[in-house]
Amino acid sequence: MLTQHLLSLAIWLPIVGAVVVLATGGDARAALARRISLVVSILTLLVTIPLYTGFNVQTAAMQFVEGPYVWVAAFNIHYHLGVDGISLLLILLTSFTTVLVVIAGWQVIQDRVAQYYAAFLIMEGLMIGVFSALDAILFYVFWEAMLIPMFIIIGMWGGPNRVYATIKFFLYTLLGSVLMLVAFLYLYHHAGKTFDIRAFYDVRLGLTEQILIFVAFFAAFAVKVPMFPVHTWLPDAHVEAPTGGSVVLAAIMLKMGAYGFLRFSLPILPDASHELAGFMIALSLIAVVYIGLVALVQEDMKKLIAYSSIAHMGFVTLGFFIFNAQGMEGGLIQMISHGFVSGALFLCVGVMYDRMHSRMIKDYGGVVNRMPVFAAFMMLFAMANVGLPGTSGFVGEFLVILGSYQTSFWIAFLAATTLIFGAAYTLWMYKRVIFGAVAGDKVDKLEDINGREVLFLSLLAAAVLVMGLWPAPFLDVMHVSVDELLRLATTSKLSVAATAAVAP
Amino acid sequence: MNTLLASLGPAAPEIFIFSMACVILMADLFLSESRRFVSCGLALVTLVGAAWLTLRHFGAPVSAYNGMFVGDLLSDTLKLAIYLVSFFVIVYSRDYLGARGIYRGEYFVLALFAITGAMIMVSASHFLSLYLGLELLSLSLYSMVAFQRDSVNATEAAMKYFVLGALASGMLLYGLSMLYGATGSLEIAVVRSAIAGAAPTNMILVFGLVFVLVGLLFKLGAVPFHMWVPDVYHGAPSAVTVFLSSVPKLAGFALFMRLLVGGLEGLSAHWQQMLIIIAVLSMAGGNLMAIAQTNIKRMLAYSAIAHMGFMLLGILSAGPNGYGASMFYVLVYAVMSLGAFGMVILLSREGFEADQLEDFRGLNRRSPWLAFLMLLLMFSMAGVPPTVGFYAKLMVIQALIDASLVWLAVLAVLFAVIGAYYYLRVVKLMYFDAPADTNPIAAGPDVRALISINALALVAVMPWIGALMDLCARAIKSLGVA
Repeated sequence: MLTQHLLSLAIWLPIVGAVVVLATGGDARAALARRISLVVSILTLLVTIPLYTGFNVQTAAMQFVEGPYVWVAAFNIHYHLGVDGISLLLILLTSFTTVLVVIAGWQVIQDRVAQYYAAFLIMEGLMIGVFSALDAILFYVFWEAMLIPMFIIIGMWGGPNRVYATIKFFLYTLLGSVLMLVAFLYLYHHAGKTFDIRAFYDVRLGLTEQILIFVAFFAAFAVKVPMFPVHTWLPDAHVEAPTGGSVVLAAIMLKMGAYGFLRFSLPILPDASHELAGFMIALSLIAVVYIGLVALVQEDMKKLIAYSSIAHMGFVTLGFFIFNAQGMEGGLIQMISHGFVSGALFLCVGVMYDRMHSRMIKDYGGVVNRMPVFAAFMMLFAMANVGLPGTSGFVGEFLVILGSYQTSFWIAFLAATTLIFGAAYTLWMYKRVIFGAVAGDKVDKLEDINGREVLFLSLLAAAVLVMGLWPAPFLDVMHVSVDELLRLATTSKLSVAATAAVAP
Repeated sequence: MNTLLASLGPAAPEIFIFSMACVILMADLFLSESRRFVSCGLALVTLVGAAWLTLRHFGAPVSAYNGMFVGDLLSDTLKLAIYLVSFFVIVYSRDYLGARGIYRGEYFVLALFAITGAMIMVSASHFLSLYLGLELLSLSLYSMVAFQRDSVNATEAAMKYFVLGALASGMLLYGLSMLYGATGSLEIAVVRSAIAGAAPTNMILVFGLVFVLVGLLFKLGAVPFHMWVPDVYHGAPSAVTVFLSSVPKLAGFALFMRLLVGGLEGLSAHWQQMLIIIAVLSMAGGNLMAIAQTNIKRMLAYSAIAHMGFMLLGILSAGPNGYGASMFYVLVYAVMSLGAFGMVILLSREGFEADQLEDFRGLNRRSPWLAFLMLLLMFSMAGVPPTVGFYAKLMVIQALIDASLVWLAVLAVLFAVIGAYYYLRVVKLMYFDAPADTNPIAAGPDVRALISINALALVAVMPWIGALMDLCARAIKSLGVA
């Protein structure tokens, strides 16, 4: 019984848990709220693990399918869930990250604790919903509903400029999403009145239609990724968000945009994707090169990591739009790896911020003298961010560069510059913050990380190393699904549409 | 004689409410100030009784008074919604009225008269009965707005409302007379078939249509006939505003259905284009002007203008799909507006009106539960899932795409994003700012319970949305024109 509803359980368990957490009331019972949240997040992680162990790597079909149960009969909207090799890892990443976020906020959040944890748990459920929805409207509901808790998290527990950042974040993402909704409705009317995402794959569309829909999807997904011209909300949101919020934003929410390209844009609009691939590749390379340079001059650590996220996500979209298996798998691996690494780096900044209440690089220096264990952990994550072989960062970047080399030398060349820029901005920051002489009284009084911090940092360190040294378990599950996706993305719909137009 | 008696049955709810209004008027004379709750209770009992009367023959198609009055699923559904909304309004208003010394029986009597008027509009199948219902509703509303007679704002609002409302009624009447001239009948069904036989370019018909439309849009408060809306919403006591913002919208929608769709659907090529302009102007004007407001009642008034523009989108897509979408939209809007103004009432207390946006500052610190309810209301108005406001917008947009008006759909969602800004601002004030006012919130447990039901319904209804949409679709079908 339960095994048939694993996905529903993973979605609704945290949401119900959030209601229970909220019911604990004010800060007087904060300890109880924390414990319940931890239990709920660990239970959710346990629920998602069977998805991996029971996953059949031989098929591209959706697995653990639930439904379709009729939800709104008049419009053929269904409650319909399932996972394939593309969404599986993202779901696991979500449940894993949430446990870390819960642990990370344990002592830091002292104000309106129940609301804080409830917001994160609700978000976990909604994010798993996004990755497992097979009905476009269900997908949209999860996708949009997530904005509400994130809006609250940034606005309530964020930094000084949080209100500006959170409203900008909300409106930016809402603007993108509503256009996607119009595109969904257009597809609905052309797919024989159904919102089944896989039915959209078979809709015959002309090139102009495809390009217009691509633009609508682009508005939604590119904002979330975020891609080059529409990335400006991210540094603001990241800088102002509390540590947990930054981690969830970087590790999971950014992945949803990339996931959207894979689930919607590429298979539904193969011709437009090819037509506009040059444009997408150009934007991705701008993100890699230009944003890499922007990251170099940042004085705020969180902002630096935010820009580095944009650059790394540029790699992901680059991998998707060169249309070969290496690129796509590299992009996917890069997504997961970036989830670990950026999450870890934000947690590292959070660890220092909790002690110093500053994110400015100039306030630091010589931290290694007082926090040697922490410095070692951060070294590992910095190296992973650079893409050092043996860490998870290497696998994805290497595959993407390999893939793009098949398309064009110059694309691969520009993409490879990330290894230089990434090393420059990450290691330079690391040097200024960690090494050198002790920079002042406040640094002098720093205490090394405690057991709780060691716990979440070592979990992440293990993930980064395992993925870097032995990526096979990650690659195996996505192989067949990626091949199927590539088949869809490279089968033109135009000839079919042309014959359909001729035949009465 | 026989037909008159036979006609009493279908109109039983109207007759019952009207009689009870007279009973309350009389009984109230003999009640002391401390026993005023009897009038209030009687009014609530009246609504429940009327609901029972309506439910007894729910959805049964009837025609009475020689075809001047019809009952069908559309009218019965809207009537039930009117009872429900009014029930909440009366409970919300009680303490508010008491704190301002205007807790009088006349409030309930006027409200019941207004409800009767709205019900007659909903059931009208003849220009005469339609106009009669409209005037009964409007006249009751004018006096309700002026109910707090020592308030300058309220009196001014009532005056404006009355003058502009009378002008609108005149326009409508003039338009109806032209239609009568062109078709030779006041009966909507006859007008319909006469139009079907007439040339679509018949000047008198088109002229009549324009005047009728102006009258209707005035009543609905769409741009450019919206001038009265913010002033009246703002000036009227909140207990009246909450009524004003919900019940007449339901009746107004019925008016569009009966008159425009039931009677003038043959001219849809004309009114579709007019409504496109009006809808775009309303969404643009309402949403943009709402941003500039500091008074929440005014902000919600502009938001009402924008919402009515959005609702018109469904009607102008000129198909049963779109009408059903608009019906769903207006029902949802009535519930949202009820809750939002209910919250304004709830935060007010003796000698203090919580009508500034600032008054919501830090509400999450004062009462997390109420802040959460207001958050649901605001996100629902903004149309963010999982709230029902999203599904309402979804339906309207899909009707537009169905009618191949994709550009209008894109425009509509863009305005919805602009609109999201000022709803977000309320959430921002409640959650991110420190409270300026730390007085305890003086609201009774019954009001708290009802507003909780009101706001939670916006999310809790999720699993039954399909059934509700289906009900709207069937109600439109019962109109017999689709």
